[in-house]
Amino acid sequence: MESLKRAWLWFDDRTGLGSALGPVIKHPVPPNSASWFYVFGSATLFAFMLQVATGVTLAFMYVPSAGEAYQSLQFITDQTTFGRIVRGMHNWGASAMILLIGVHMVRVYLTASYKFPREMHWISGVVLWALTVIMAFSGQVIRWDQTAVWSTIVASEQAGRIPFIGTWVAQFLIGGETIGAATLSRMFAYHVFIVPALLFLFIGLHLYLVIKNGISEFPKAGKPVDPKTYRKEYEDLVKKKGIPFWPDAAWRDMVFGFVVITTILLIAIIIGPPALGPPPNPSNIDALPVPDWYFVFYFAFLALMPPQMETYLMVFGPLLVGALLFFLPFISNKGERSPLRRPWAVAIVALTIASISGLWAIGISSPWSPHFHAKPLTVEIIGADSGPIYRGGEHFNNKGCLYCHTISGHGGLRGPNLTYIGDRLSSDELTWRIMNGGLNMPGFGGTLTNEELGDLVIFLKSRTKQNQEADLSSGED
Amino acid sequence: MNEKTKTSEDCSRRQFFTHISYTLGGLAALMVGIPIVGSVLAPIVKKPKPIWRPVGEVKSFTVGDTVIVSFIDSSPLPWAGVTAETAAWLRREGNEEFICFSVNCAHLGCPVRWVAGARLFMCPCHGGVYYEDGSVAAGPPPRGLYNYPVRVNNGQVEILTSPIPITTV
Repeated sequence: MESLKRAWLWFDDRTGLGSALGPVIKHPVPPNSASWFYVFGSATLFAFMLQVATGVTLAFMYVPSAGEAYQSLQFITDQTTFGRIVRGMHNWGASAMILLIGVHMVRVYLTASYKFPREMHWISGVVLWALTVIMAFSGQVIRWDQTAVWSTIVASEQAGRIPFIGTWVAQFLIGGETIGAATLSRMFAYHVFIVPALLFLFIGLHLYLVIKNGISEFPKAGKPVDPKTYRKEYEDLVKKKGIPFWPDAAWRDMVFGFVVITTILLIAIIIGPPALGPPPNPSNIDALPVPDWYFVFYFAFLALMPPQMETYLMVFGPLLVGALLFFLPFISNKGERSPLRRPWAVAIVALTIASISGLWAIGISSPWSPHFHAKPLTVEIIGADSGPIYRGGEHFNNKGCLYCHTISGHGGLRGPNLTYIGDRLSSDELTWRIMNGGLNMPGFGGTLTNEELGDLVIFLKSRTKQNQEADLSSGED
Repeated sequence: MNEKTKTSEDCSRRQFFTHISYTLGGLAALMVGIPIVGSVLAPIVKKPKPIWRPVGEVKSFTVGDTVIVSFIDSSPLPWAGVTAETAAWLRREGNEEFICFSVNCAHLGCPVRWVAGARLFMCPCHGGVYYEDGSVAAGPPPRGLYNYPVRVNNGQVEILTSPIPITTV
């Protein structure tokens, strides 16, 4: 122990690291900033450190070659020592980072910590958030299974809507005109070199600014920020009442960080990494490329936005959100900080969380997607085993109606539920609707014979509450 | 006066060193930047030559049937593996007449499926639906399915390799 201490003293004498870093980590912070509300930024940093450690470990085993990456991921997951856990930690660590950076941003916004003199804290934080999102997407792509391939195409198609240079940007993302060997190599370079380098740079800037301008004090209602006096007031506050960041404030960060890291590890052990989909073969079209959970709300947004506005929303929507976040400190950098005096800020956060949650919930069920694996209507549901009702039921199964419409619990959610359609529409109305389509339904006039159409209408007309109840009671008998 | 002249000379000498340092730094960045940026941007400038790829004999396709065919991209790199493959929907419309559709939905590129009973192409992602001629039947696609050039050559059906169709504004 004594020799270790002597070694450290020698090292510190020659490098001066202790005397240089000591005052930094022990710098005084406002006592009310030593709060559980202030632990999310450091937790995001801990999650990032875990991502670096697990990412480097994965790079020891991952082969960034389009033809072999998939097999190397199978190898990592199934054959290497602890590979499954490391991949799991990297996956759930990414989820944690996305979640924590979001919570940290909400906290900073609600307590208006972005106001004078911390405008650049917020701006560097917005850049870090954007880089984290890029990491999340590129990480999903270098998982390099079927979903990864189709997700890349979907992202490129969105980029393609950028006016004038859309095709160039799309082909830059893919690394050519088609998905292929260049796609993965480039995405790997973004994920492990370019974006992490930028992350390190901006994390350094972010932390430097925290030291330079100090951690914001927890806001008090009725105590607005005045750029003319704020610095002096803050200096006086930390001089008189400040506590050393290490360990008086930092212990909470360490406790919460420990909980975060332990939770990620436990999830990685218990649940493991996400299962790989089928191999990344672009000719395999039996795919539904739903993104990882944190992008599902955007997936839903892409499906639900009005088609006539979608190009604008697709291209300018993210740009507008990014610009609003980026320029927020310039919109308002003084005045009240307390959320008790900023009801609009609270409302914006509530609305954002509600919108994302709502879109997320819809995105999970994806009611707009045809349900290709819907169970066909049974003879019991059809209510006949021969004749026009039976034939109509079979047409409902075979002509694609089932993929979009539900009858008695079988079928898709894209179109209206037709369980009791016989009570709502007449035979003529049904015929017209099937022939001509409408309201997002294709017309079947060109594909159905008169006999098929007649059977289908008779079958649908038999979908009444009375018939269903009669079937039910006869079944019970 | 003498002191002033000395300061002025000193400044101009300092300015010279400043300018030469910036210029040399910028020049060095530019010189190495050209091959670096050029290399990264090459894929959007350098276009592979399209190639006619055979997908089967004419007699193996039934008139009226729409089937999925797969073939190899125009110039796959040796380590592309299965990613070198691509697919298209092909329908024989007559003796030697074929029509070929991209599998990519014109909305956001997801793979459309052919629903034979309904004679519709349906997209699983955001619900795009197309009639059998590729025109939009329902959902968000801003245009119909893209066509690929197809021909019959020495009894073989051949498809011209094409880029992934990118819907632009």
